[in-house]
Amino acid sequence: MARSVTTRRKTLNTLFAWAVGLLIFFPILWTILTSFKTEAQAISDPPVFLFFDWTLENYAAVQERSNYMRFLWNSVIIAGGSTLLGLIIAIPAAWSMAFVPSRHTKDILLWMLSTKMLPAVGVLYPIYLIFIRMGLLDTKTGLVVVLMLINLPIIVWMLYTYFKEIPGEILEAARMDGATLKEEILYVLTPMAIPGIASTLLLNVILAWNEAFWTLNLTAAKAAPLTAFIASYSSPEGLFYAKLSAASTMAIAPILILGWFSQKQLVSGLTFGAVK
Amino acid sequence: MATQQSRSAARIMMAPAVILLLGWMLVPLTMTVWFSFKKYLPLRGGDLGWTGFDNYVRFFTSSAFWPSVQATLVIVGGVLAITIVFGVLLAALLNQPMWGRGIVRILVIAPFFVMPTVSALVWKNMFMDPVNGLFAHLWKLFGAEPVSWLSEASLESIILIVSWQWLPFATLILLTAIQSLDSEQLEAAEMDGAPPLKRFGFITLPHLSRAITVVVLIQTIFLLSIFAEIFVTTQGAFGTKTLTYLIYQRVLESQNVGLGSAGGVYAIILANIVAIFLMRIVGKNLDT
Repeated sequence: MARSVTTRRKTLNTLFAWAVGLLIFFPILWTILTSFKTEAQAISDPPVFLFFDWTLENYAAVQERSNYMRFLWNSVIIAGGSTLLGLIIAIPAAWSMAFVPSRHTKDILLWMLSTKMLPAVGVLYPIYLIFIRMGLLDTKTGLVVVLMLINLPIIVWMLYTYFKEIPGEILEAARMDGATLKEEILYVLTPMAIPGIASTLLLNVILAWNEAFWTLNLTAAKAAPLTAFIASYSSPEGLFYAKLSAASTMAIAPILILGWFSQKQLVSGLTFGAVK
Repeated sequence: MATQQSRSAARIMMAPAVILLLGWMLVPLTMTVWFSFKKYLPLRGGDLGWTGFDNYVRFFTSSAFWPSVQATLVIVGGVLAITIVFGVLLAALLNQPMWGRGIVRILVIAPFFVMPTVSALVWKNMFMDPVNGLFAHLWKLFGAEPVSWLSEASLESIILIVSWQWLPFATLILLTAIQSLDSEQLEAAEMDGAPPLKRFGFITLPHLSRAITVVVLIQTIFLLSIFAEIFVTTQGAFGTKTLTYLIYQRVLESQNVGLGSAGGVYAIILANIVAIFLMRIVGKNLDT
């Protein structure tokens, strides 16, 4: 028996939920609004909310002063590169664990997950030292590799969960029809796995984009992505709220949009399938 | 059925991931353990030989150790309490019938996608600044003296910032769990005359216990190693030096690698204690 909900109760729910939602979202909204103010308006007392002279000068100023596009490009390369590299390594591994499971599959999966639990600070100096010795400090290549490694367990897990849901009979049928392993992967498995691969890609781009331990500690001027660029505003000179807001808005906008698409995958991805 | 051939193919396909992760785990870990038994000061003489458990004892007995453990526990505990309590309430609210639920959900989970350096700096400057922050304006509006949050209430401020980042994660997972609750059970209880609070306490909450455990464990692992939020706000001053930040300072700022590595080993042990519980739950789920 379905419960009928009174309109009054629904209205109350709606009002309350929207108020809470807006309250939680407010810091982001405020940042976006401030990015369109002048520096003087950004710190005006009392604060102005919507009625100010909207301007784009902060966006121009951020780009001009610090060459924002270069940091953006570094972020794109590091987040995109580490995710793609991770997928290339993880797809075969997840495929074989999902379709040719052995006695050890479960142990291997759990062990992979356990490498994710290693606190980064515990291995900070060894990685730092290896990076210096190999000339990887402050290079995009180095960060692509490190971020790929820290996200690899999540990528394998997510893909494994998705591949598990593909019925094995279809693959067997393809094999009976004489498909080789390569054809099986390319023409049968891949099309069915695309949605899972896409959401894995999305979530990992987000995680890599926002990663702020290795990106802060292993980069200086050259390879610094947006996380490190924003951190440079922690010791500011003069008035900077509007510029900080403009830089922040540009840094989070692409990921907010990607994030909205990936909210469904977020739960199973981040809990390693423990909550579905 | 898997043939011998496909089995060996499977092994080859798994090899790159396994070998890479094995290397990523073993090489730096071995180095950290190795350094932890050495007096190693890269800027003041380099490798000065073996010292046994000296670093472990010194890290443990240093005046910064217990305050850092305390700060870590307060931050992790505070954030967990806030995100779980409000996460459950928010999830219950979002599960109610309403208009525009999709949009509200987006508003609520948005903070999770904001990079840590951005959220920390926005909170620090535009909200918590004692002169120009919004909190200062709000305080003045009610005739109160503005507070310099990050120095006078530093731990609370960090907890607020980090909770804001992690509340969406808790909410989203708890919401997913609530939605899997059988509504017939609730309806039966309602027809038997159980008031809303009792229905929530005796049916919804027990149903959520597993999801809550998962949230606690995953968040604990991530919260134990928060770094950027402290790096761009207090730099470890005003009692916000967590274990992670203390180790970072020993290793990179004062370049006392031996001492920092001993601290690193402590951090790894601590994280592993939490991890064991998480792995048990995840492992159980794999069987079903």
